[in-house]
Parts: sequence; C-alpha cells; structure tokens
Amino acid sequence: MSSPSKRERDEYRAEASAWFEENVPAQPDFMLPLTFMEVGTDDQFHFLCDWQNRVYEAGYLGAAWPKEYGGGGLDQAFQDIATEQMRRHGSPIMLNTIGLSWAGPLILDMGTHEQRERYIKGILSAEDIWCQGFSEPDHGSDLGNAQTRAVRDGDEWVINGTKIWTTHGNYAKYMILLARSIPDTPNKYAGLSFFLSPMRVPGIEAIPIRKLTGEYGFTETFFTDARIPGDSLIGEEGQGWAVAMRTLEYERSARGGQAGGLSIKVPDAEEVVDLARRARRSGRPAIEDPVVRDKLVELLIEDRGLGLCGARQRLAPLNQERPFSLGLSSKLMQTEFIRRLNEFAISMQGARAAYYVGDPDAIDDGTSQRSYLNAFSATIGGGTSQIQANIVAEHVLGLPKS
Amino acid sequence: MSVRHGTIGLSEEQAALLESASKFCRDKSSIEAVRRLIDDELGHDPAVFEEMAELGWLGIAIPEAYRGAGLELAEVVPVVEQMGRNLMAGPFLSTTLAAQAVLCAGTEAQKSQVLPELVAGTPAALALMEPHADWDPKNIGCQAVRGEKGIELSGTKVLVTDAGVAKWIVASVVYEGSPALVLLDAEAITACKRRRETVVDETRRSFQLGLDGVSVAEDALLDVSLVPAALERTELAGSLLGSAEMCGGGVGCIDSTVAYLIDRKQFGRPIGSYQALKHPTVDAHLGIEQARSHVYAAAHTFENGREGEIAVRMAKAHAGPALAFAADRAIQFHGGFGFTYECDAQLYRRRALWCENQHGDALYHRQKLASLIL
Ligand SMILES: Cc1cc2nc3c(=O)[nH]c(=O)nc-3n(C[C@H](O)[C@H](O)[C@H](O)COP(=O)(O)OP(=O)(O)OC[C@H]3O[C@@H](n4cnc5c(N)ncnc54)[C@H](O)[C@@H]3O)c2cc1C
Repeated sequence: MSSPSKRERDEYRAEASAWFEENVPAQPDFMLPLTFMEVGTDDQFHFLCDWQNRVYEAGYLGAAWPKEYGGGGLDQAFQDIATEQMRRHGSPIMLNTIGLSWAGPLILDMGTHEQRERYIKGILSAEDIWCQGFSEPDHGSDLGNAQTRAVRDGDEWVINGTKIWTTHGNYAKYMILLARSIPDTPNKYAGLSFFLSPMRVPGIEAIPIRKLTGEYGFTETFFTDARIPGDSLIGEEGQGWAVAMRTLEYERSARGGQAGGLSIKVPDAEEVVDLARRARRSGRPAIEDPVVRDKLVELLIEDRGLGLCGARQRLAPLNQERPFSLGLSSKLMQTEFIRRLNEFAISMQGARAAYYVGDPDAIDDGTSQRSYLNAFSATIGGGTSQIQANIVAEHVLGLPKS
Repeated sequence: MSVRHGTIGLSEEQAALLESASKFCRDKSSIEAVRRLIDDELGHDPAVFEEMAELGWLGIAIPEAYRGAGLELAEVVPVVEQMGRNLMAGPFLSTTLAAQAVLCAGTEAQKSQVLPELVAGTPAALALMEPHADWDPKNIGCQAVRGEKGIELSGTKVLVTDAGVAKWIVASVVYEGSPALVLLDAEAITACKRRRETVVDETRRSFQLGLDGVSVAEDALLDVSLVPAALERTELAGSLLGSAEMCGGGVGCIDSTVAYLIDRKQFGRPIGSYQALKHPTVDAHLGIEQARSHVYAAAHTFENGREGEIAVRMAKAHAGPALAFAADRAIQFHGGFGFTYECDAQLYRRRALWCENQHGDALYHRQKLASLIL
C-alpha cells in the first residue's frame, strides 16, 4: 500500500474533524473517566460503550485493521489522524482498550483465521469487552511465576486459581489469560500457556475492588473448575510466556498495530500552565511566583523532550548504538512524568490543594488531586516503574540481572 | 505552535558527519591521549586540529564564498557531540564560535580576510566574559575609544578559552555607548596581558586577557549595527554546541560507568546487579537520551528565530543537569576509586561544571524561557 498523499490526508482530516465536532457527546451529569482503568459505574460503562460503538460505526476506530475482520482496511496514517481529532475535539476515551490495543493486535498477529473472525469485530464495536488475567495475588511483578492452573479435560480446559487487579473484570466477556498448563517444568516460564477465555461461564467470579480514589475499576477474579473451550489457546501450549511478552509490548506501545483511539486523557503541561494562571498563592496568581515559573519551565522542557524522544525514534542514525533504548524506556519516562506533573499541579493551589473532587471550592473540581492518585495506575500497572527500570538497565545498558 | 511540541529532523550531512566524527574522535582522543594532553601546556594536539581542518570541519557552517561547505550549525552538532563523548580537547569550538561571530557581524573585508583562514585551520577565540561574571553578553565593561593610536581598548576579559593559541580573537567592548565587537589580530593579542587561568575542566585552556594599553586599527571594529544580533546569536550558538558537547559527554560517562558496574564485584556479584546503582544509572541514561532529543531538535530549528531560541535554551537547560547527574553518580558508583584522580569519573564531572557555566547555566536559560513561553 502506498502511503496516502497529503491531499488524501487533508480530506480525511477535515471529514473526521467535522464528524467529531458534530458528534462528541455533551458531558453527562456524572463524572467521566479519564482513563480506561477508571470505569467504576454502570452509567459510565454504558455511556462509553455507546460512544465507542458510534466512533467505530463512523469508521474512526480500527480504520487500519483488515476489512475482512471488521476494520477499515485503510493506511495507518488515517487512524492516526482520527485519533488526533478525537483528542482535539475532547472526545471521551475508548473504553475497550484491552481489546483494542492489546488483545486485538495480538489476535490479528498470532491468532487463527477463526479467532480473528470471532473476536475482532466485537472488540471494535464494544460489544465484546476484554480484560487481562495476568497478575495474581502472589505473583505480580514476578509474572512468570503465575500459578493459575489449566488442565486439559477432553474438549475443554479446566481453570483453577485467582487473578487480581483485573481491569473491567466485571464487565468483560473475554479475558486474555495466562495460566500454567504444564506443572513442574524446570524453567518456570516453560509451563505457561495463553488463552482467549470466555468470562461468562460457571466457575468464574469477578469481585470488584475499591481503588485508592474510592471508586471501582478492577476486580479480583476467581476461577473454580471453570471450563473453557479446547480451542481457546493462542500460540502453542507452553509458549504462553512469549505470547504474554508480546502482549506487554503492545501494552507498553513498544510494538504497533493497535486499533487506535484515545485510551487515556492525561493533563498536559500546558494545562498546568493554565492552572498556574488561575491558581493563587500569597494572594497573587501562582504564575507570578518565580519558583513556580522555574518549575513550570522545567516541566515544559521535559514534556517537550518526551515528545521529541518519540519523534527521534524514527531517525535511525540517532538510535544506532542502543536501538531499543527509546522504545523500551518510553513507558517509564512518560508515566513518571505525568505523576510528577500532577503532583506539581496540586502544589500550586495553596490551601485549596486540600480539597478533593466534589467540594464546591475545589479548583477544577479536584481534577489534579484525582489525576495524581490515578497516575499511579500507569506507574504500577503494565509492569511497575521499578520493573521498567530493570528492563532498561538489563536490555538497553546491558547491566547484569538483579 | 504549542510550546509543548518541538520538531526534530536529521539531514543526510548530519548523519554522515555523525558517523565520521564518531570514528575520528574515538581514534584521536583515547582516554590516554586526553590525560596526556591535560599535562601538556598547549592542551591539544595541533596535528589533530589540522586534520579536522583538512576534513573541512572548521568550515561546515561557513558559506562557500569564504571556502566553507555552506551548511549550517546543525551539521556542526554531531562533530562537537562526538568530541564531547571522547573528552576531546582543542580550539575547535572556540574557532567555530569566533567564525560565527565574524560571519554574523563582520564587514565584507573582515569576512573575506578572516573566514578562509579559520576554515583552513587558524585557531581563533571569543572573548565575551568579564570579571562581573554575568552571562548576559550585553553587560560589557570593556571600553573602546578612538584615540591617537587608533581604537584604544581597556578593561579585562576572563575565561577566554583557547586565547593561548588563537591568532584571532573577537572581543566584546563598548564603543560610543553601544555594544561592539573588535577583532584582535595576532599582534594585538600579543600586546594583551595574558594569564592562564586555573579552571575546573583541566582539558581546557582558559585565559584572562588584559586589554589596557592595547589598540587596534579602526577597521578592526565589526559592523556595529549587526552586533546586538551577533551577540545574541553567539550565545545561542555557544549554547547549542555546548549542549551537544555535554550530551556526548553524558554518553561517554554512562558507557564507562556501565563497564565498571559490570566488571567490579562485591559480595560475590557484579555491583551492577544492585538496583541502588542500576536504577540511578538508568535515570542518568534517560536524562541524556532526553537531552539528545532536545539537542538535535535545537539543531534542526536553530535558524527559525524565536522557535530556534526556545529549542536551544531548552537543550542547554536540560543537558547541563543531565550530564552533572550522570557524572556525579559516576563518582559515587566507583567507590574509593571514584575519589581518585586516576578514575575518569572526575573528568566528566569537571567537564560538566565547565560546560554548565559557558553561555549561561540551566537556571539562566530557564529564566529566559520563562519570559519566552509563559
Ligand atoms: C490500575 C491498575 C490496573 C491493572 N490492571 C491489570 C489488569 O487488567 N490485568 C492484570 O493482569 N494486572 C493488572 N494490574 C496489575 C499490575 O500489572 C501489577 O500490579 C504490577 O505488575 C505489580 O505487581 P504487584 O501488584 O504484585 O506488585 P509487586 O510485584 O508485589 O511489587 C511491589 C513493589 O515491589 C517492587 N518490585 C517487585 N519486584 C521487583 C524487582 N524485581 N525489582 C525492583 N522492584 C521490584 C515493585 O516495583 C513494587 O513497587 C493492574 C494494576 C493497576 C495498578
């Protein structure tokens, strides 16, 4: 496929812009989640499912996925344009991120024709919500040690064990599940297999867990003799670890092929500058305080630097010596930056920093406070920052294992 | 355009220069050579400097009319970066910056006389700083007045890098109430009272320059109407190249630290397996990675007026602390050896201190940025 011309892109952009301008829904009378990990009420869930479905029907989601499975069959450039227009027009987030960005590309990449036919369209339309069953109560960072058991029984697999921190666990129709099908392998990774598992079968129970913000958003998910179809495997039996690692590459955006769309709306540095104009310290706008100014500039420099690192990845001569450096470190850099940015946004608010969402005197209805707490979802989920640092140390710098 | 977004690109020439400079600097500036030159009064190897001139590197950003290659400062960036990486000494940076000042504010006669010489490998230097230690290039105390002997100079310049070998020096003075630049030729330079300064980066050669009693001909003044722009540009050019040098230094520093962390064992395992060392090393690496993105973006946008200024100041404000952190941790992570003169960590830490204080430190640039972008 030849890449689209500037005129084609401009036309597409104009169409997308007009569509989002017209269709982005008004703010409902409940709070909308800023990330897919914050969906805590049925109202939020249904609202976001509807919205994702409309975006898909209009052609602005999965635009670059193959047509035969329900995608738009267009060049990736068009989906990137559509995603950018979502951002510009203040679109709510796409709910089904685990399907759109992790499970979907994995199925397109490694799944059978039947699996693609069965799953891809429902991922895009939000009819089939997906969740991820990797972490367990006793095995999080040490994911390779996962102990949930899968035992073959005739035409089925029987699953026993507990997963935890399952985002959308109580809403999902399917789960990407990492379980141990071969016990007692000398190498802990070799016994793992990867399943595309239905969630609505007897023996699977998802119990919501309350998050640090007081809302709900993930579950503890129990498997008790749950029977799932024999053809649920993706990849070979015993190859689960490799499939899980590939999934994490999608999750950390180290590998492309996602359906597109916004999954997270994080406050950016410019919004924090704007807040500094409105927030007051010592009776004056915070932005007049020289210390605040200095810190704001520092954050703007870092914000721009992170964007530039993304752009620099495409300039091969500038990545010759450590080719994976920027790709493997982007999650660590981005998520830690957002956390500090939010923390700083709170620090500018003087005594009003003590308010939280819901108080009439909270600045911007406590968005900074809530965003700061929520920022840890990204510094912990998907592999903690400490684990990311280990990855960069070992796979980029070549330092020995801890 | 939003202040959040910069633009970055890489020309074919930049890529080619990156490759050749990387090899050249590695070959010519081994750590043994760096240490040998520290003890050498001259401080650099003239044969190497000559080779750089032969390669055309001193003329990269000089128009073809003056025997340069007609490219831009962006193309000088990879060269300086690779010099920094190998702690390479010599008057390359000074000569390049002096040439830019002449190019920017020189009269046609000055440009035709001086630039081809500099391109061919005559060292030059820039004398801007004064004892008041203010980085603002327009804060000038040195005077130039018309007198019997021509233009008579007075005052003191400090931290003039490479004044010991320079055959031309561009110095800032006040002339008839306005900032001006004068071109000191070899004779005038000899007439200056020169004192070699003891500076923190021992790979540098830096001098105090007493101008009292020195006079130059009238035609040694650069075009006064172009001087304010030239001073501003010099600060930005110096900041851009200084950031590139720091970035390169950061990579060199991290590479050598990582090698030590792999090699050195305590408690029966390589110290690099301890996260207390590993994670800050990653932080240092990522700081330099971000700095490098800023530097190449600043190179790419250097000629774009205000956009270029923002990009350059951001690069300088980021690269300085990034190298300082990498080198500071490098000392600590070498243990007792890190405290020795023999350990290379000190070379990088001293280099960081030097570069940070050329053309404005991080705080200085952030303050400038605050008025540009807030
Ligand atoms: C909002 C949110 C959503 C999530 N969604 C999902 C989901 O949908 N599906 C799913 O499977 N999981 C999900 N997770 C789980 C997430 O992947 C794990 O929480 C994470 O991998 C850490 O595992 P843990 O919680 O067991 O912490 P632990 O592994 O116990 O870590 C505790 C602390 O020890 C540190 N640590 C652990 N090992 C090392 C080491 N080797 N070196 C240095 N430090 C170390 C960690 O960095 C952390 O600070 C989610 C988490 C969050 C916060």
